[in-house]
Amino acid sequence: MNIIVCVKRVPDSETRIKISEDGVSIDPAGVKFVLNPYDEFAIEEALVLKERAGAGTVAVMTLGGEEAKETLRTALAMGADTAVLLKGAPSPDGLGTAEKLADAISGREYDLILFGKQGIDDDNLQVPAMVAELLGLPCATVVVDLQIDGERVRAKREVEGGHEVAEFDLPGVISAQKGLNEPRYASLKGIMMAKKKPLEEVEVGDAAARVEIKELMPPAERAVGEILGEGPAAVPELVRRLREEAKAL
Amino acid sequence: MASFAGVDFFKTDDLLSEEERAVRDTVRAWVDDKLVPVIGEAYTQRRFPKELVPQMAELGMFGANMPEKYGCAELNNVAYGLIMQELERGDSGVRSFASVQSALVMYPILAFGSEEQRTHWLPKLAAGEVIGCFGLTEPDFGSDPGGMITRAVKDGDWWVINGTKMWITNGSTAGVAIIWAQTGELNDSKTISGFIVETERDGFSAKDQQGKLSLLASDTSELSLQDVRVPAENQLPDAMGLKHPLMCLNQARYGIAWGAVGAAMACYDEALSYAKNRVQFQRPIAGYQIQQVRLVEMLTEITKAQLLCLQLGRLKDKGALHHTQVSLAKRNNVNMATEVAREARRLLGANGILAEYQSMRHMANLESVYTYEGTHDIHGLIIGEEITGLSAIT
Repeated sequence: MNIIVCVKRVPDSETRIKISEDGVSIDPAGVKFVLNPYDEFAIEEALVLKERAGAGTVAVMTLGGEEAKETLRTALAMGADTAVLLKGAPSPDGLGTAEKLADAISGREYDLILFGKQGIDDDNLQVPAMVAELLGLPCATVVVDLQIDGERVRAKREVEGGHEVAEFDLPGVISAQKGLNEPRYASLKGIMMAKKKPLEEVEVGDAAARVEIKELMPPAERAVGEILGEGPAAVPELVRRLREEAKAL
Repeated sequence: MASFAGVDFFKTDDLLSEEERAVRDTVRAWVDDKLVPVIGEAYTQRRFPKELVPQMAELGMFGANMPEKYGCAELNNVAYGLIMQELERGDSGVRSFASVQSALVMYPILAFGSEEQRTHWLPKLAAGEVIGCFGLTEPDFGSDPGGMITRAVKDGDWWVINGTKMWITNGSTAGVAIIWAQTGELNDSKTISGFIVETERDGFSAKDQQGKLSLLASDTSELSLQDVRVPAENQLPDAMGLKHPLMCLNQARYGIAWGAVGAAMACYDEALSYAKNRVQFQRPIAGYQIQQVRLVEMLTEITKAQLLCLQLGRLKDKGALHHTQVSLAKRNNVNMATEVAREARRLLGANGILAEYQSMRHMANLESVYTYEGTHDIHGLIIGEEITGLSAIT
């Protein structure tokens, strides 16, 4: 089973984001970047599928600059075999990114393409389905359970208020939702081995940007919480506040 | 529980390599996910969370700075230190477990063992299949280990060992013990030697140290050896003299210098978050001068200790480390961490005495760390001798 996992470098969810002076991008200074958490589910699934098949490779791919190599090496440390860096600037235009990925994927050997369901930075949820469309492949997004029997893929998806089961034949595209599996930690040995694994670089140029970001705004500051006390002793005051201040009761 | 974002006021992260940061972040995430949620309860139940050992082994935390050919990750010493930092951010007892396994059991086998001993024991210890302990200290010989009265006497192809060892981390859990014993005349520190002793051997017994008020999530035991017979090939061939167990302790102290910073970071992080949320007199207590200065003192000391550790690690990686530098770092950082933990506990007010919070647990743990692996005072005398040329001990 040959699997390509497309990943993205995103700011850590614990990082405090500051908007740059241009008002349309974030200030990367002091921001910790990580492998997109949903992509971890995709990588874990790929590794499990390969282990189960007993043969094949797991390749990770991303579009970005030199700094994205660190993200690829995180995936290699988890156990992916090879990495491909498509050198070029990503774009807020999901289609622009999808075009670069689809171009690079076509011509490579694969049975399955895996994605995280969304990048936690832009939250667009566009790229997996667009890549499938561009490659003419069947696709199931937001998948919480995946069964593959021979060529047949059975994917359980999250839909509003319930689940849906989709089936198709390989090759195809899957985007992973939390709950699909529990991603492994990169082992310390894996981290040391990652730098010895092949990392291919391909110049692809900047992704098309038909969508333009006009303004970025931080969310409203959340008011500081207040600890009213501990255990049952705190209840009377909590009820009083809920009744008199929040008017919730 | 939110994941730990780190304490890095001086951008020391920029001084770490990508691999060093990756190692730190992996262990950090594991500590957040697996250790922090269970440690409070394990502590109040006075139980070492042994169920975490296979996960620690799978990640490669045991003997992490040792060669790959023995099943280890072969990290540099800075990365090894960062593992210790993150483990002790969780709990000093769990860090102690890893320190003993790595620095006091695997290290002597690597450094003083035969190739047969290395290939037999190190992969098993790295994989956590065997847990080890280290027996040097005795009831009457703590800071003065050279006076030990545990004896090993040769009997044909066997050594017969008799004695008692005290304050032994992992003592009751261990499958193998590195036992230091006098093979010659008492008080002759040059004839102290090390032995690999399987704990199932006849005459070997361990009992839990009762009545501890510190390191409650750690196994601390007393070992008794009564006519324990081990084959001659269980002797560590290259360890003759007190210098060798002290070299092991030096490895462990190196990890402790880092670990203490982790405990201090946990307490500072808890105190800062509590101060920002705890409202008294209609505003967060973080807005009051006394708590601000308290927090700043903590952060200042942590920052200094972080830089100390990093340079210590770089020196160790270059092979340019002197043992008195390890003494200085252990002495400073553990003392710093005990103070930070105490101040954090105070900032937390009444809540600070609960196991639900971390600071008092760290505070109590660190009293042991202050005392073990060379007390604060003894390290002072080691450094004192180095700078004056005069020994205040003998």
